[in-house]
Amino acid sequence: MTAAAAALRVERLSVEFRTRSGLVRALDNVSFSVRKGETIALVGESGSGKSVTAYAIMGILDLAGRVTNGQVMFGEIDLLAASPKQLAAVRGRQISMIFQNPRTALNPIRPVGRQIADVFIRHAKVPAREASGQAIEMLRAVGITDPARRASAYPFELSGGMCQRVMIAIALAAKPSLLIADEPTTGLDVTTQAVIMDLIADLAAELGMATIFITHDLALASQRATRIAVMHAGHVVEDAPIADLFAQPRHPYTAELIAATPDSAASLDELAAIPGSLPDLRRSDLPPCRYSERCPRKTEHCAQPLPQTAVGAEHIVACWNPLPVYAPLKRAIGAS
Amino acid sequence: MTDTTAASPRESQVASLLRHSRHVLAENPVTGFAFALFLLIVLAAVFGPQIAPYDPLASNTAQALKPPNAQHWFGTDQLGRDVFSRVIVATRLDFFIAVASVALVFLMGGFAGVAAGFFGGWTDRIVGRIADTIMAFPLFVLAMGIVAALGNNVQNIVLATAIVNFPLYARIARAEANVRREAGFVEAARLSGNADWRILVSQILPNVFPILVVQMSLTMGYAILNAAGLSFIGLGVRPPTPEWGIMVAEGAAFMVAGQWWNAFFPGAALMIAVFCFNLLGDGLRDIVDPRRRT
Amino acid sequence: MTVLLDLDHVSKFFPVGGGPNQLARLKRRLSGGAERLSKVYAVDNVSFVINKGETVGLVGESGCGKSTLVRALTRLLDVTDGSIKLGARQLALKPARVFARDRDRARIQMVFQDAGDSINPRFTAFDAIADSLRRLRHIRGKALKERVETVASQCGLPLALLSRFPHQLSGGQRARVGIARAIAVEPDLLVLDEPTAALDVSVQVVILQLLQQLKRDLGMSYLFVSHDLSVVRLLCDRVMVMYLGKIVESGPARTVFERPWHPYTQALVAAVPRFAGEATERLRLKGEPRSPIDPDPNVCRFYGRCPISASDCKTKAPALRRFGNRHVACHFAEEFVVQRIGPVHEAQATPQI
Repeated sequence: MTAAAAALRVERLSVEFRTRSGLVRALDNVSFSVRKGETIALVGESGSGKSVTAYAIMGILDLAGRVTNGQVMFGEIDLLAASPKQLAAVRGRQISMIFQNPRTALNPIRPVGRQIADVFIRHAKVPAREASGQAIEMLRAVGITDPARRASAYPFELSGGMCQRVMIAIALAAKPSLLIADEPTTGLDVTTQAVIMDLIADLAAELGMATIFITHDLALASQRATRIAVMHAGHVVEDAPIADLFAQPRHPYTAELIAATPDSAASLDELAAIPGSLPDLRRSDLPPCRYSERCPRKTEHCAQPLPQTAVGAEHIVACWNPLPVYAPLKRAIGAS
Repeated sequence: MTDTTAASPRESQVASLLRHSRHVLAENPVTGFAFALFLLIVLAAVFGPQIAPYDPLASNTAQALKPPNAQHWFGTDQLGRDVFSRVIVATRLDFFIAVASVALVFLMGGFAGVAAGFFGGWTDRIVGRIADTIMAFPLFVLAMGIVAALGNNVQNIVLATAIVNFPLYARIARAEANVRREAGFVEAARLSGNADWRILVSQILPNVFPILVVQMSLTMGYAILNAAGLSFIGLGVRPPTPEWGIMVAEGAAFMVAGQWWNAFFPGAALMIAVFCFNLLGDGLRDIVDPRRRT
Repeated sequence: MTVLLDLDHVSKFFPVGGGPNQLARLKRRLSGGAERLSKVYAVDNVSFVINKGETVGLVGESGCGKSTLVRALTRLLDVTDGSIKLGARQLALKPARVFARDRDRARIQMVFQDAGDSINPRFTAFDAIADSLRRLRHIRGKALKERVETVASQCGLPLALLSRFPHQLSGGQRARVGIARAIAVEPDLLVLDEPTAALDVSVQVVILQLLQQLKRDLGMSYLFVSHDLSVVRLLCDRVMVMYLGKIVESGPARTVFERPWHPYTQALVAAVPRFAGEATERLRLKGEPRSPIDPDPNVCRFYGRCPISASDCKTKAPALRRFGNRHVACHFAEEFVVQRIGPVHEAQATPQI
């Protein structure tokens, strides 16, 4: 897509971590993009590198982590090469992030109203008195009842769902054009999850905001995003619109992931475990395709560097031997 | 993560512990050094009397106050006794004081603290009040008081040191037990048929132990210094028993006159021992805590 | 079907603000205030049975009381009221504090949610599995080793891993240790408290299929506690839905999920993410649950949050009523079917002839 239409373009992002037990090649040439106003999901199991991607974009990688390659284009700026001043202008204002555990992501010794007001003061240059009023409005916008009273509450006094709303309020206070949501509802009840996801979707529509939604829950991603990028061991293995991905998954891992999700099966016996296990990312002899060692469709081609094959309109798969289009799936996914 | 190690036959607990210990020592040279030094001290403690060139108690006034020379490496003291032999032999006593104090305070404080943290209620209150009472006194004054009241001997020095350190151990142990009493594995242990006391001893205490180990190594140093301090004021070991503290006390008077070796060498030995114990703390925790194993 | 576990009118209340705080109690007494403390009604008058060989699911939000209920029936906690009968024996008579040494302890076992937390970090996998065998079956030495290895193999745990500590095992391996430990003493009833919540989806499949296999091989009954409805749907024969300490619906798992009757169950089912293609049903619950402290016995616990919330609901609390093989606690169970109308935030209730 053209630079104008993309809110964010991640190109060939590679990240390494230096640990006591070796160099972990967490991300390898990860590329994807988000259009303005679009919601995409980064889906993967633990160890797939989805959170690392988000942290690298925001520039908040752990100290042991290093970006070894790639660009993250936000408009005209490359976030990875930006100066601290440029980054400060972007982070929290134009790109915001919400995190997995709302209670630990909030400052425990500051009332929530103040934490929201901080954003207004810092980014919108609003004087302090007005900022607290705007903070209360923000609390109302995220659906917290009795916002004036709640604004002086501390995070520990609020439930998990409410803390997550507060975090959303903080993230959206400066009306960013891109929101990165890192597993925002893990740990919340499913009813609360639904409400929070609705809230994010509504606010995103209202603000015309693009969203990158990171999750391990394929079903949740399918419900909330228009496109999914499936990650495995630091690679994006498939990137497709929802309908295409589920109707015709081309990458073997995607198909296995779908087959392993409980929602896709009518009975326990129909669920299929994914063969093999994640390769050790500390190895220096990792094959170019990190799925190849556990892949039943491996060929001798797979020793070559990964391709980015376009198999449809906006459907990219990183595989030398993708699933054929005409082969019936293991079982028919529930009819739409 | 994949299971990258080859499927090795189940090695015994001891073998695994030894392997891990070697790994820790190899990885951290400072710890290795501390352990080597510790071994040296243990050897001196065990074999001291055998390897001492002279009888530590034999006085030879003709040879009094000779500076370090070929026959007397550390010189002689005011009664002509060989300082080197006395320093070596004293290792056993000081080491015993250190180990005994630490063992006693671990048992008393560790157990009381864990019980207080685990059971709460009255146990907690009683242990708390005892600890508070002890802490109300300046610690050295308390040690002095105990030894003065019960008598000048090694057992009472050990007891005094243990009592003085009780609140610290009880507090650490209590905090740890408090955190763990709600842990999943305590419930699992109940489901497995463990009565409360057994859970305390076999599940909680072993988890508290690594945290106390670091403290214990520091306490070993403190115990020796405490004994030295008590000896210095005459409330410790009685002469002519060789003990570093008392040697420093007696030798201090001679420093002014220029006979530095009387106080210097036992003082140096004291310092090296305390230094070694402190360094030991971290290394010991790395070995004892299973979470450090890769 | 023979009944294995029979819970009758079980309640568990926790005093609020009293208990260990002596000063507060003293103050209250001195000021002449009522000695009667406020109570959290964690479990309120719950009755159900688990039959031999059944897998029963227990679902509900956090704070609904399912953890408390589970701890009560596994005898880790004492009940305030009610009876727990295992076969013919009344378990509630023996205090939880001493139940650890009871002869029936082995008959009810539990697999915990976070296997990492529920295994002593200083114990190897072998010790963890052997503990219950040592304490409850009094086996030692070679017989113990053989039994542990048999159980480990049954759970798909490679024998080489038995000498490892929990932090050296992967999530799936730890889950297997937790299961092995629980089944080692051959319990009649295995309670599973969200055993796959912390696991990746691929590992979850394997563990669930293992649980299914073990159930067939060892003839146990399962009580499967989870908030993940899609998993409960696959594994359980029957399901019970809890809300604020009460059971609001129960019935065959598939039917309850395909045609939920209680408004809370409907909202729960509507909230579960489904694969794309299904219209997003905007049946959402407003607000927060009512307070579990001293709830008004005449008001339905779901009142206020429920899309129906009629006047009957605040004058008379609905009882759990039976409809064939299903139970529902709602005044409008048989009269109304809630219709979901597109992307709307509330549900409209329309009567059906």
